[in-house]
Amino acid sequence: MITRREFLVGSACAAGLAALSGCRDRDGGLASRIPGEILGANSAAGHRLRTGALPPVSETIEAEFVVLGGGVAGLSAARQLRRSGVNDLLLLELEDEIGGNARSGSNAVSAYPWGAHYLPLPSEESVEVAAWLEEIGLITGRAADGAPIFDEYALCADPMERLFHHGAWQEGIVPRLDVPHAERAQIEGFLARMDRWRTTRGSDGRRAFAIPVDRSSRDTAFLDLDRVTMADYLKREGWTSEALRWYVDYCCRDDYGASADAVSAWAGIHYFASRNARAANAPSSAVLTWPEGNGWLARQLQQAVGTDIRPKSLVWSIDCPPSGGVAVDFLDLASERSIRVKARGAVCALPRFIAQRLIHGGPGAVAVFPDLVYSPWMVANLTLRQLPGSTSALAWDNVPRESRSLGYVVATHQSLASHPRKTVITYYQPLDDVPPQQARETALARTHESWAGQILADLQRMHPDLPAQTARLDVWLWGHAMIRPVPGFISGPTRRRMQAPHGPLAFAHSDMSGISIFEEAFTRGIDAANTLLASRKTLSPA
Amino acid sequence: MSDRGTRLLLLASVFAVATCGLIYELICGTLASYLLGDSVTQFSTVIGVYLFAMGIGSYLSRFVQGNVLRMFIRVEYLIGVVGGSAAAILFLCFAHVSSFRVLLYGLIVVVGTMVGLEIPLMLRILKGRLEFKELVSKVFTFDYIGALAASLLFPLLLVPHLGLVRSGFLFGIVNAAVGLCAVEVLRRELGGTAGLRAAGWTAIILLGAGFAASDRIMTWSESATYVDDVIYARSSPYQRVVLTRSTNDLRLYLNGNLQFSSRDEYRYHEALVHAGLARLPQARRVLILGGGDGLAAREVLRYPGIEHITLVDLDPSVTGLFSRQENLVALNGGALSSPKLQIVNADAFAWLRGRTDQFDFVVVDFPDPSNFSVGKLYTTAFFDLARGVLAPGGAMVVQCTSPFVARKSFWCVDATLHAAKFVTEPYHVYVPSFGEWGFILASREPLGGVWQLPEGLRYLTPQTLATLFAFPPDMGPVPTEVNRLNNQALVRYFEEEWAHYVH
Repeated sequence: MITRREFLVGSACAAGLAALSGCRDRDGGLASRIPGEILGANSAAGHRLRTGALPPVSETIEAEFVVLGGGVAGLSAARQLRRSGVNDLLLLELEDEIGGNARSGSNAVSAYPWGAHYLPLPSEESVEVAAWLEEIGLITGRAADGAPIFDEYALCADPMERLFHHGAWQEGIVPRLDVPHAERAQIEGFLARMDRWRTTRGSDGRRAFAIPVDRSSRDTAFLDLDRVTMADYLKREGWTSEALRWYVDYCCRDDYGASADAVSAWAGIHYFASRNARAANAPSSAVLTWPEGNGWLARQLQQAVGTDIRPKSLVWSIDCPPSGGVAVDFLDLASERSIRVKARGAVCALPRFIAQRLIHGGPGAVAVFPDLVYSPWMVANLTLRQLPGSTSALAWDNVPRESRSLGYVVATHQSLASHPRKTVITYYQPLDDVPPQQARETALARTHESWAGQILADLQRMHPDLPAQTARLDVWLWGHAMIRPVPGFISGPTRRRMQAPHGPLAFAHSDMSGISIFEEAFTRGIDAANTLLASRKTLSPA
Repeated sequence: MSDRGTRLLLLASVFAVATCGLIYELICGTLASYLLGDSVTQFSTVIGVYLFAMGIGSYLSRFVQGNVLRMFIRVEYLIGVVGGSAAAILFLCFAHVSSFRVLLYGLIVVVGTMVGLEIPLMLRILKGRLEFKELVSKVFTFDYIGALAASLLFPLLLVPHLGLVRSGFLFGIVNAAVGLCAVEVLRRELGGTAGLRAAGWTAIILLGAGFAASDRIMTWSESATYVDDVIYARSSPYQRVVLTRSTNDLRLYLNGNLQFSSRDEYRYHEALVHAGLARLPQARRVLILGGGDGLAAREVLRYPGIEHITLVDLDPSVTGLFSRQENLVALNGGALSSPKLQIVNADAFAWLRGRTDQFDFVVVDFPDPSNFSVGKLYTTAFFDLARGVLAPGGAMVVQCTSPFVARKSFWCVDATLHAAKFVTEPYHVYVPSFGEWGFILASREPLGGVWQLPEGLRYLTPQTLATLFAFPPDMGPVPTEVNRLNNQALVRYFEEEWAHYVH
């Protein structure tokens, strides 16, 4: 624990250094010299959907079922179909690699995530996820009381997280360093309230906040929290502490890509109150992680699906003809040829803002949802010649308080090597300072040098030597990284309508949950696959 | 020289002295953090005292009468010599002076005061040559630019490429050269310059000699931190390896921590190996993790039945040193050159993962768990892997720091071994150069057998062996957490306990 005195000395020291070194060049002009590029979901191919410059269909193939989208929801649906005995299966993915938000990369130093980087231990309602973790060996056994034993190598190694504030580090992310007594009491009060929410159940016997969200209680007393913003909820409860507000904002931006004044209180509380995992060898709050983040999980799903995955396939039409079945037209980006897949049914695991523009035909009108809000993100991976700061103090997740970024995670944190040297760090920033569409346009217009300069300047405040140690810096722009649970979305009618199948088309995506987390996508995938399987007999052949 | 040229030169010297001034301060702060630890406190106090001393210097400048230029040149020489050699002085004296801080802050006050004199004197020298507003603007601009240069040069070039001592001397030379340039350019305003010139060259030659001898200075200073003569000192990519010798003692230090003293290491290594191996008459294959000094291997080789030893040590510079250096080979009896022994230079955790062969006896002789990197080697995950390579009826021994100093740490390893499904027999031995030291013998099933000790032991007998397993109340079992990769409980206990012991 860092005392107030240490903090004061620390900030005096930082101020002294700053004063002495005068107007220091922030990154020594390195930003323009560090190699790297801007990557991102294939927006160029995506835009071809709008311009309509697509070749006519020149080949028709058949499959019993087709899955559209190779993110976690699509992979999970395909896995479920496969293990239920569907052999004639095809999965279409736009990008050159599967994974969606769980996409990862690798270089000579380490594998690293491009998006989601950890999975919390499964809560009591996440039964499908828990069963799968057992299947793939992440739950290695059970203690005498039935509590699962998790794979020690996948549990996030200690030290897990730390916070940088006014020039000093503290352990953990809940602000404690230099927080006045009254504010500390508010933080304690808030956390205690969240703990109570965690065990609160409604009249239907369900927990107020569960994962998947649709297993939460439907009591209006709880759902009313979805009508106000998280910021309003804090104000209403008298929690005015600046440190607490920073922490809540950090958490909302971490999971929803938007701060407490943009997301609903129901979603905000869900972040803190939904997880109640039991584990024999870890605390309830522990998480599972790998160098490549959730890319590791995506690869496990991919292996269960097998080889019937077609990457670089731009789906441009999903037709549900009156004769039955579904006809999906896609552009094979490698050959520039359009191909039609005729199938008995399909799981549409694309984000809905795209999918709803591609669907025609079928029973009744195609439901269109113009008001879905998605948060844009920027993620950067930096290859470092030397671990930043002191090796032994480095945590997995390193968060700066005075920054618009969420800090960085260390890809080699789980490494067993006694003397790791080089590493890759993944830097996260939700782009929520302006409305999403404006943020997307601004982000796409920026150069690599501009991003690199901003990222290095931010990281340099934590680690003065970091820019000089950076060998490479790549930036990934996620235009529509995650659904944003704005007030009214979780409890309102939109989500229910999004979940209804459209003829032979079942939907699976975390945007139908309102919360973009692995468990939601995974469970949606299974549910959509089961919907198709249940109607297998009634669906006409392709 | 034109007046404009002189002005430019004087302003360039403002830039140079500003750079030097900040470099001395950064050197003192870095060195204090390096030698005393707690960088926040060290930097903060060094900066505070230095700035305050500059204030004293500025105040004192009013008492400078007569030829200000002469005084300025003398001040430059003095800063060059004192500031330039400060790092060397501090390194050399660290082990010898009783109050290092007095020396440190004394030097900082002297250098800071002199640096504080520089700018006021420079302002007075330039007073007649520039308009007041231009004077102030120019002098301070160059002063701050010099500070920027120093703050960039120091971390990017000086510390990584020259080191603290050599950087100090280099900037001392720059300071003295500024003085000497002023003598040459402004000789008409100075009157007699022979004395000043001689003093300047003397300072530069002295500092140049220091610059050339920087490496030797570092070796002397390292010798000074050890009681005995340093006979070997080298940095491997993993650690600083230092060997010292006195008339009848040879000592190995890794990162400054004593690994053994030849006077009593046999107590440690006999206890480490024989308490377990002497009860395993069937043992043929032995695995040693750590122990690159070959001393545990020497003890294992006393058993004629042993057919093969695999020794896994991270650092090839240690196993190489103990295979070749005459005194060390004499100490380990040439164990590392035994045809029965195979050396593997690898990270033990990664090496152990994925092994399928089995060993009758496993010796785990790692450094103490003083940081998260080493702490991983004492976790349930690591011991699970070790159990996987243990042959039926085999045993493993783990060195476990001092149960007297770090009682919780010791019993935490015991609890961790239990969590990894071992049965354990903790024991301890008194090693004079270490103090009371602890080991834990671990096996899948309770270990039977009687001790059949080999010939030639100097410490262990069946009688002494029996006493090792009794723990007096002040070292007895205490309940602790289990050490896992995701909690590193042991490192936290260890830090807390040794910190209390040292201070």
